Amino acid sequence: MKVIKSKIETLLSETNYSHDLLLQYLCSAQYLYSYVPERIVRLFADKLDIPPAKILGVVDFYAFLHREARGDFDIMFSDSITDRMLGNQALIDKLCMKLAVEPGKPRNDERVTIDVTSCTGICDQGPALLVNGMVVSNLDDTRIDLIGDLVESSTPICDWPEAFFVVEDNIQRPDMLLSDDIDNGAAIQSLINDGSSTFLEILEQSGLRGRGGAGFSTATKWRLCRNAQADERYVVCNADEGEPGTFKDRVLLNSYADNVFEGMTLCGGAVGAEKGYLYLRGEYRYLLKDLEETLQKRRDANLLGNNILGEEGFNFDIDIHLGAGAYICGEESALLESLSGKRGIPRDRPPFPVTSGFRQKPTIVNNVETFLAAAKIAVFGAKWFNSVGSEKSSGTKLLSISGDCSRPGIYEYPFGVSISQILDDCGAIDTQAVQVAGAAGETIPAAEFGRKISFEDLSTAGSIMVFNQQRDLLDMVQNFSQFFCHESCGFCTPCRVGGTLMRNLVEKVAAGHATSYDLDEMKNIGLVMQNTAHCGLGATAANPVLNTLNKFPDIYTTRLAHTGYEPAFNLDASLEISRQITGRDDEGAHIRDE
Amino acid sequence: MISDKTFRIDGKKIPFQDGDTIMDAALRAGEYIPHLCHNPEFKPNGSCRVCVIETNGRHVSACNQPAIENMEVDNSSDAIMNLRRSLLQMLFVEGNHVCPACEKSGACQLQAVAYYTRMLSPHFTHFFPCRDVDATHPEIAIDFNRCILCKLCVRASRDVDKKNVFFISGRGINSRLVINSPSGKLGDSDVAVTDKAVAVCPVGAILPKHKGYEKPIGERMYDNKPISIVGDVAAKFSSKIYSKDVSTK
Repeated sequence: MKVIKSKIETLLSETNYSHDLLLQYLCSAQYLYSYVPERIVRLFADKLDIPPAKILGVVDFYAFLHREARGDFDIMFSDSITDRMLGNQALIDKLCMKLAVEPGKPRNDERVTIDVTSCTGICDQGPALLVNGMVVSNLDDTRIDLIGDLVESSTPICDWPEAFFVVEDNIQRPDMLLSDDIDNGAAIQSLINDGSSTFLEILEQSGLRGRGGAGFSTATKWRLCRNAQADERYVVCNADEGEPGTFKDRVLLNSYADNVFEGMTLCGGAVGAEKGYLYLRGEYRYLLKDLEETLQKRRDANLLGNNILGEEGFNFDIDIHLGAGAYICGEESALLESLSGKRGIPRDRPPFPVTSGFRQKPTIVNNVETFLAAAKIAVFGAKWFNSVGSEKSSGTKLLSISGDCSRPGIYEYPFGVSISQILDDCGAIDTQAVQVAGAAGETIPAAEFGRKISFEDLSTAGSIMVFNQQRDLLDMVQNFSQFFCHESCGFCTPCRVGGTLMRNLVEKVAAGHATSYDLDEMKNIGLVMQNTAHCGLGATAANPVLNTLNKFPDIYTTRLAHTGYEPAFNLDASLEISRQITGRDDEGAHIRDE
Repeated sequence: MISDKTFRIDGKKIPFQDGDTIMDAALRAGEYIPHLCHNPEFKPNGSCRVCVIETNGRHVSACNQPAIENMEVDNSSDAIMNLRRSLLQMLFVEGNHVCPACEKSGACQLQAVAYYTRMLSPHFTHFFPCRDVDATHPEIAIDFNRCILCKLCVRASRDVDKKNVFFISGRGINSRLVINSPSGKLGDSDVAVTDKAVAVCPVGAILPKHKGYEKPIGERMYDNKPISIVGDVAAKFSSKIYSKDVSTK
């Protein structure tokens, strides 16, 4: 343990005791100790001169940081709806039984902890789990049995079967972004040749819009940042791919990382930034080593560092920051807070990051896919890009497809592709509904399968989850409302409290205790959340309920109790403790339904 | 410098200066916009959302949104009041707010704003959370049951007292006020009863000890006049903030 402590002290001094790195220090402590011990909090507090309670506030914000020791094997099952559809719950129960573990609590011998976590982005190869940060995909009974044995025998993770940790790219339909290759440095060279102004014009002509879903013009964003008065600027790549059902950034970072870094460097050169950050979600920690190696190769090739490709004064480098289990950090201003080592609470806007972002300096925050697209546009030109797609959505979009289909994986389509085309291609039959754009997205019924993926119609960062006729969509609603409850940052009243009330009402419906009064309540709470929440997460967290109440009312109405009103609790069951204490079980000790 | 720019709240002209939020301008003009986490002495926080208004088809919080020339603000329609009432009800069911047993009753901003929004019941299912009371400090008690996470004590302790006694910890519905001290209790923190952080609490969460019910129920600031006239309980210059109405007191 002393060795670990000195490791952490070395890390602190090597990085100049940076407050911005607090979350990174905490992630290191979590990784080395399996938790963040009190004495390490005190160490950070002393060395960084940050109040201990503030540090604990950061620890308590992030789901992957713990104050109590976890097991030597810290196992977290991905609990997205697609994992559930693939039967993860039976596998969780099986492993808990086999290892005699209660979910969420370390076993008495501190050997193992079994818990669940939000979508880990392995939806096309689920069910999946994370063990000490490593992904195990394609779980089944055999794998669970083996994992149980490996844990009991304390086999180090490095000696587990390699096949466990294979995560495939699963690219089912490549189009221009995934198949038209560029040489490393080609985009940077074309920026050097053309100059920033010309390049930004090309970028504007290309019509590239942000791939995170909001669709803001990339050229406009980059120009605003470039023109903002400042002595420093920053480029941030948002790789906090947390939207349930999305995994295309994982594939891009696994097999196209050079293109992504190229796009970030291009951006740095175009807007006048010298520092870039890749904010990598904690679930993708297993990609970190390869990504660091790619960065080093690019430094060695003078594609990063000072005087890039010999261009005097073109300086840019990239650091990777890890997230730690907080969906909200995918929201750009929360991401910037997290990047500064703080709790991921979304900021007030205005000001927007392009004028006041990281360290209050003008900052570009773009999606992984946006940077990749920008790099290729710099090489192949605007026409290459805008000759495909629809009128207001040029180019292609990467879709992450999972759920009830025979060929889940990554599909790259020109914008304007219809849902029914996608369903045909991925081998979905007998489809009841498609969830587009993740938990906060839209639930599309069969009658609307003619709708198109585009900023004009269905805008999405790329999550497509397919549900066949056998599925109960209320399972999806339950999963999503629990997800939003868990992922709410807790800052504003409507999301913190309203989201919890909503989750409770969904549970009430599922338990068969709800009445039509409760459905009206859900609509009202949803309205309050939509209209008063502080950020986009809160404003859209009620969507899964509101969408399905509108498009799939049967999943609710068929479960309603046939009364005007029913309380949230069962009166007779509430008397059980009193009956036990008094030893009574006669008729007078019960309240029976009329 | 007086600016001649104006916007309208419920049709009434409100002058404002560059850099003003909607709330700043409204407070100066004596136009009441209900609020809990806002206190004009501090930078806006924007977490309670009670100051929600509608402008140009959008709902925004008045405390942190810049005033824009000629904007039309809806501050009093039924739709806006319904949203605010629901937010109040959410705050009431989230904690354990037992007004008849609270020392702050009658001088509590949560209660006063609830009356203002015509809230008659908590409406939603109570959470009944298990929260502590911390009476370890000789002069100050803190009842976490009544905390509404407005962060005013956090801000005051950090920015005015320069002590950093209070922080928010946790996430989502588990968010909570915590104390920066070795034991996590108030008793061994640096807080003093004269601190701004103690005075600024708009509800009955942070209370000075040894002076209960100094002013009898019935004579307290909100007992006879609504908050729209009397102003904030913790406002330094409450009598000046809503100047037009207070003169009638």
